[in-house]
Amino acid sequence: MTAALSIRNLRKTYDNKFEALKGISLDVAPGDFFAMLGPNGAGKSTTIGIISSLVRKTSGQVEIFGKDIDADFSAAKKFLGVVPQEFNFSMFEKVEDIVLQQAGYYGLPRSQAKAQTEKYLRQLSLWDKRQTPARMLSGGMKRRLMIARALVHEPRLLILDEPTAGVDIELRRSMWDFLREINAAGTTIILTTHYLEEAESLCRNVAIIDHGTIVQNTSVRNLLQQLNKEVFIFDTQAVIEQAPAVQGYQVRRLDEHSFEVEIEKGQSLNQLFDQLSQLGINIISMRNKANRLEELFVSMVSNNKKTEEAKHGA
Amino acid sequence: MELNQQWIAFRTILRKEIKRFTRIWVQTLLPPAITMALYFVIFGKLIGSRIGEMDGFSYIQFVAPGLIMMSVLTNSYSNVVSSFFSAKFQRSIEEILVSPTPNYIILLGYCMGGVARGLAVGVLVTLLSLAFTDLHVHSWAVTIAIVVLTSMLFSLAGFINAVYANSFDDISIIPTFVLTPLTYLGGVFYSIHLLPEFWQGVSQLNPILYMVNAFRYGMLGVSDINVVAAFAGLLICLAILFMVGLHLLRVGKRLRA
Repeated sequence: MTAALSIRNLRKTYDNKFEALKGISLDVAPGDFFAMLGPNGAGKSTTIGIISSLVRKTSGQVEIFGKDIDADFSAAKKFLGVVPQEFNFSMFEKVEDIVLQQAGYYGLPRSQAKAQTEKYLRQLSLWDKRQTPARMLSGGMKRRLMIARALVHEPRLLILDEPTAGVDIELRRSMWDFLREINAAGTTIILTTHYLEEAESLCRNVAIIDHGTIVQNTSVRNLLQQLNKEVFIFDTQAVIEQAPAVQGYQVRRLDEHSFEVEIEKGQSLNQLFDQLSQLGINIISMRNKANRLEELFVSMVSNNKKTEEAKHGA
Repeated sequence: MELNQQWIAFRTILRKEIKRFTRIWVQTLLPPAITMALYFVIFGKLIGSRIGEMDGFSYIQFVAPGLIMMSVLTNSYSNVVSSFFSAKFQRSIEEILVSPTPNYIILLGYCMGGVARGLAVGVLVTLLSLAFTDLHVHSWAVTIAIVVLTSMLFSLAGFINAVYANSFDDISIIPTFVLTPLTYLGGVFYSIHLLPEFWQGVSQLNPILYMVNAFRYGMLGVSDINVVAAFAGLLICLAILFMVGLHLLRVGKRLRA
């Protein structure tokens, strides 16, 4: 089956000699919901820039649904919709005009462009604002406008570069629902995000990029299985004076109503609860100390940093 | 991209450009109309009546074609340079760059946007001039051809300026320090036959002289230069600037990282 996105040995060295990508290769299957994670400056936006032709690659090959972005750029671009990280529309133009124009750049006839503009502005709750100049929109509305604009030509591959940055929780959740819907309808989605909860909640597969290389490229499920330990926080009903003495677990008191426990891979929570019950400690709630993917991400990026430092040291 | 889709993309850019300059008509259409009205009053009526005839025409009839051409070329240039640079500045140019629109359509779209404003201002100034003098058209074909080609040339020049510009200062340097002196010294207000022989020769190095005089020939039937040479030079310059513009888009000069 032809990959939605196929990247081979992609390299980018900027004019200032900074090597942003060091030969990355990646495949994203059609219909996938794919996360591209990495710290700032890792190479995510450069990769998206090359795919969308805003950044010139130094070498390598990129295909979108089998169409090479150099040899068959017109066909490749028709398959692609991009939502960039920064607002990149004219602040003086009206919402409807911005989306209609984008449809025109893709060669959509006026009647079809108008119908699809209305469809996506309605879906993203912007139809009432269609005559409003873009500069008058709130931050969340501007983000939704960029999504409507990217979708108006109905691309098969949608790339979103940190789509929910600076968006409030309620809006973020509604954007997640919207993205799930269009993914379920067949659109392949790639997103970069700093909210690892977002990647864990939405995506099936993930690539972690750091220092211009891919550190991990696997399914979210496989990645989470690599977790060797998790830290849970327990809230107690009664005051605790010290950390409960439970055997086989590392426990640390946080305050008079909570403590945290490190659970190694394979350890049972039942045994822990049994011991806590025997000690007469009544647990009223429990939660993960950090997002699970976040823990893995931090450990992988920090391992990669040590490897890079060792390389440069050598 | 199929031809009919390219046509849609071209119309989209052109429509956007026309919408832009009509939306801000107080900045784009009104000032040249007021400036030219002042020129007509001062040079045409007040001073012109004392100057007498030039090349067999009253002074106001002589300067009217030059003033129309001056407003066409400056507005064509400033439309593209400000619109394309603003799109670069706000990064909204990325909307077109990520789309399958071919480079030549982007260039033509912006260029014809400049022509649209140049001609809109040209028509306004022509209508204004009718309040001060009678206008004759010696050759409609020459008049229309020269005004459209000149407008295209200055739109392309504005495009190239916008590509290289890094700041709003950079888009005003050429209009202020190059375009304005060349226009004023390009035979808008006088016939170069009034100049000493040496300065007549120097004036012939000024490309704007050819455009103004070819346009004046179209309207009045008199010219300081060979009109055929003016058309030939204009077409060559157009081809060169178009190729330069296309090259800049192809390599993504200051547009793609």
